[in-house]
Amino acid sequence: MEYHDLIIIGGGPAGLAAAVAAYDAGVRDLLIIERDDRLGGILNQCIHNGFGLHTFKEELTGPEYADRFIQKVLEREIPYKLRTIVADISPEREVLYVNSDEGAVSVKAGAVVLAMGCRERPRGALGLPGYRPAGIFTAGTAQRLMNIEGYMVGKEVVILGSGDIGLIMARRMTLEGAKVKVVAELMPYSGGLKRNIVQCLDDYGIPLRLSHTVTKIHGKNRVEGVTISEVGPDRKPIPGTDEFYSCDTLLLSCGLLPENELSKQAGVSLNRVTGGPDVDDSLETSVPGVFACGNVLHVHDLVDYVSEEASRAGANAAAYIKNGARANENVAELEGRGGVRYTVPQRLNIADMAEKVTVRFRVADVYRNKNLVVYYDGSEVRRVKKRIVAPGEMEELVLMKSSFESFPDVKKITVCLED
Amino acid sequence: METRELTCIQCPMGCQLTVTVDGENVTVTGNTCPRGAVYGKKEVTAPTRTVTSTVVVEGGELARASVKTASDIPKGKIFEVMEEIRAAKVPAPVNIGDVIVENAAGTGVDVIATKNVGRAAE
Repeated sequence: MEYHDLIIIGGGPAGLAAAVAAYDAGVRDLLIIERDDRLGGILNQCIHNGFGLHTFKEELTGPEYADRFIQKVLEREIPYKLRTIVADISPEREVLYVNSDEGAVSVKAGAVVLAMGCRERPRGALGLPGYRPAGIFTAGTAQRLMNIEGYMVGKEVVILGSGDIGLIMARRMTLEGAKVKVVAELMPYSGGLKRNIVQCLDDYGIPLRLSHTVTKIHGKNRVEGVTISEVGPDRKPIPGTDEFYSCDTLLLSCGLLPENELSKQAGVSLNRVTGGPDVDDSLETSVPGVFACGNVLHVHDLVDYVSEEASRAGANAAAYIKNGARANENVAELEGRGGVRYTVPQRLNIADMAEKVTVRFRVADVYRNKNLVVYYDGSEVRRVKKRIVAPGEMEELVLMKSSFESFPDVKKITVCLED
Repeated sequence: METRELTCIQCPMGCQLTVTVDGENVTVTGNTCPRGAVYGKKEVTAPTRTVTSTVVVEGGELARASVKTASDIPKGKIFEVMEEIRAAKVPAPVNIGDVIVENAAGTGVDVIATKNVGRAAE
């Protein structure tokens, strides 16, 4: 069987950054496998600007940001396969890929980086009543049709869900001459970034109706309108609050789901909250030599953080290839509590950790004037004031190796919000 | 005297700003830091935006190339710039940074390509 030191599944921002970092750490026998017909992943259709402020200190569009990393891959002559889909990964890191030139091929990998990204929650997962006429798209599908293939998907639009892609598409469709009538959001807060609400909705006078959802889709062949109703604290529609909006198109921006079918086949244990693998501070999953980064690990708001995280995954995979598995003497478990929904990583190898480890997390609601508190086995070690935290903006906290000097045998690290 | 309500986007706080314009005099209230005052003033006196869109590519491996204004343009010019972008057609190949529309809508700012699009395979 063919062998490569490192196989990277996915040629989007995570896969590209992981490949570059692994190469720079000395790995020369590596391969990126990408199912689309070019590298860059979802960035290719994210033509708006706002990418790269952290990484490159300038504001780039998605395709430009992708190109910076594609150039790094090309300069290093890192091999990649396009139009190639991975059908299976075994717990022994045998990767089965398929494409129309080679057919089905099995390759053994010294290490694997999972960088498959995420996909959108589709209509079928939302329980929206009504017929199935044409004109219902996930926001990302509409984005691809408009920005890459050049099709205008509708003229009068209602958007359900205020995730960032929905907000971006509200502006995009408005600029192309469509009338976006309303964005309805089930929750009492938006899941999108504030700057997107201001620059995509407020700029164009598009109303955002919080605590509202679509309760009926009208039309049999093409969407003719939707009924929108207010929901109570139980997220159930309140009778008598129905309002009809005529429209020919309904866009859905109702959350992103890490795409982990392959991870499951590899035997990787997944986190119930993130939908991505449980990882340690080297971003290694429960399967030795299999690492994860980017939106397949947990859904990010900013690609800059994806690149940073993926670089660490690539460098750690390189270390695994060179040195083998890390010693696992004292591994602490991380947990989120009191409004902290999850942490990534979920495990910390204290003996072998880097000087600084970035822990990323999301909160369950909008909280004002709280303290972010960290406990090592119940002892408070840190308390940071937070003026505001929101579910739509990922938070982070840095754990220093030196902070464990007085706590060498910690078993549980708790991150929580307190008054 | 004119009053406008804005949401500050300088940080996740998202302060609700009230900006009052009285001739030359612009006052911002509702901000909790100095950055909010600067943002509020600029938004009311000279708001600018970067416009991004796509143009038709002829003979390319993709039907469209993405484009942007090379820098911010006045907010009031967005739709005029969009009209010029919509009218533009470029032959493949397209390279990042190629000027697609010069001096878009008289703003003095060019519209440039943000994606490489090669020629279609024969």
